Amino acid sequence: MSESNHQSLSPMRAAWQRLMRQRMNAWALWFLVALVILCGVGPEISPYDQAEQDLELRATNPSMSHWLGTDPLGRDMLTRILHGGRVSLEVGLLATGVAAVIGVIYGMMSGLVGGRIDSALMRIVDILYAFPFINFVILLMVIVGREFWLIFVAIGAVEWLTMARVVRGQVLALKNLEFVTAARASGAGFWHIVWRHLLPNVMGPVIIYASLTVPGVMLLEAALSFLGLGIQPPDASWGVLIREGANSMETYPWMLLYPGIFFSATLLALNLLGDGLRDAFDPKSMSQQ
Amino acid sequence: MIRFLLSRFVQGVVVILAVITITFTLSQMVPGGAIRNERNVSEETKKAQEEYYGLNKPWIVRLGLTIKHYATFNLPDSYHYKGRGVDEIIASGFPVSAAVGVAGLTIALLIGVPLGAIAALRPNTLEDRGSTLAATLGICTPSMVLGPLIAMLFGLKLRWFNVAGWFDSSDWVLPALTLGIIYSAYIARLTRGSLRETLAQEFIRTARAKGASETSVVFLHAMKLASLPVLNFLGPAAAGLLTGSFIVETIFQLPGLGQFFIAAATNGDHQLTIAISTFYAALIVGFNLFVDILQALLNPRIRLQA
Repeated sequence: MSESNHQSLSPMRAAWQRLMRQRMNAWALWFLVALVILCGVGPEISPYDQAEQDLELRATNPSMSHWLGTDPLGRDMLTRILHGGRVSLEVGLLATGVAAVIGVIYGMMSGLVGGRIDSALMRIVDILYAFPFINFVILLMVIVGREFWLIFVAIGAVEWLTMARVVRGQVLALKNLEFVTAARASGAGFWHIVWRHLLPNVMGPVIIYASLTVPGVMLLEAALSFLGLGIQPPDASWGVLIREGANSMETYPWMLLYPGIFFSATLLALNLLGDGLRDAFDPKSMSQQ
Repeated sequence: MIRFLLSRFVQGVVVILAVITITFTLSQMVPGGAIRNERNVSEETKKAQEEYYGLNKPWIVRLGLTIKHYATFNLPDSYHYKGRGVDEIIASGFPVSAAVGVAGLTIALLIGVPLGAIAALRPNTLEDRGSTLAATLGICTPSMVLGPLIAMLFGLKLRWFNVAGWFDSSDWVLPALTLGIIYSAYIARLTRGSLRETLAQEFIRTARAKGASETSVVFLHAMKLASLPVLNFLGPAAAGLLTGSFIVETIFQLPGLGQFFIAAATNGDHQLTIAISTFYAALIVGFNLFVDILQALLNPRIRLQA
């Protein structure tokens, strides 16, 4: 592609091209796409139900009928891993969504209003940073009876702090730029400026930070499930499977290894993609590396 | 400096008051509660116990009393461990958590800083790639996978250490190793990034120009500034070590604070729940303050402001 062609690209397309130029990023992206499809479709087309037990079978090694073997209750490991992956990904995406919405609204408000209210709002964020959130989340899990949808609301409600700071910084930098002044001068209303000018320009950092939040959230969900406070068996998430695997690793090490490998590979891909997005949206950070 | 410390102190007090209020309110919503859950106890005894612990008073009065107890260091007894003060329980659990946490952080620094420094000093070589790969893999290995694997290898296969419990003087090794490996990955990444950035700055060129040896340039001039992001990370890392300690204490069955907290939260032992959360909050506040002061000492460009 020629240089002159490059300059006519929209910022989004240019960022996309920079992202895909790195082979690792492309691999990470395709891996995640494949994983989402597998976890979405796999449990449906699998001949087994994830909770279906076959007690005569017990724990078996991988075979033609059970590609990753079965657990001590005779449940098909692959089906359970894919089902668990679906739950973990759902929690990761939804909690990040909740965090992003709260963070963007809070950060935009703080940045737009400015002055005393801004510093008060940011002081609140400072204070919240010092909270032992894991304790609150554990208490919440005990209270709400471990309901699936509340897990991501609870996690999302604690993960928005950095997002709010990122958005506020961006809004502060943007709101006095010429194009915003020009829009205001030509009679654009407040909401028009927020919706059409500020929000699209904030989206880059939001996407970057969100992509780095997803693995963190998935880790937190896995931690809660591992402690027995998150997703409850026989339902599966990767945290639940790792817990079951850790309990029987002495006799059946693959029960820990298979979900562990899936989980680690996903975290690796998400981290690579997050770093890649940061470099793609902000070429300056790449030159520093 | 004094204004800074004063404003941080006020902020810390606000954090602790807020944490007491939130944990208190949340723990009221836990179904049951230690006394209500007790079986084989007559209704009168329960009433008498609720009277004793002040449970029959309205929410706001009890919240006020709780705050007063904490303000005067007159800490209440645990509901579950009858006759034991919450401070006594924290005093028994914290040394375990602290030993594992401090050892873990030390291991993380001992592995992470050299690994990151090697990568930064030899950019784009095999050493750089290898250390970056190791760090990335470390970040992507969750403690609940790494911990059992370490337990399996060193405990079950090699039999060098106990797999679980807190009996021998060497029982801190495996949990600390689990935490250390995971945090070393973050620290290696941070060190690499910030050391590379620092080495490109003008004052490094000046130091070289005036004839300082390469060792002195890297270790005296560059490392001082490059350690700032790492230090910055130690604040959240301390909070993260608390989270990590929940997992690691579960894996290795350690009688630490994390285990006490989970038990207290699920048993409805509100006094202990509130006490441990407050203790954690105080710990985080103190640690952040420590990191801030250390940073100001290391970087002449940072002035502590209220």
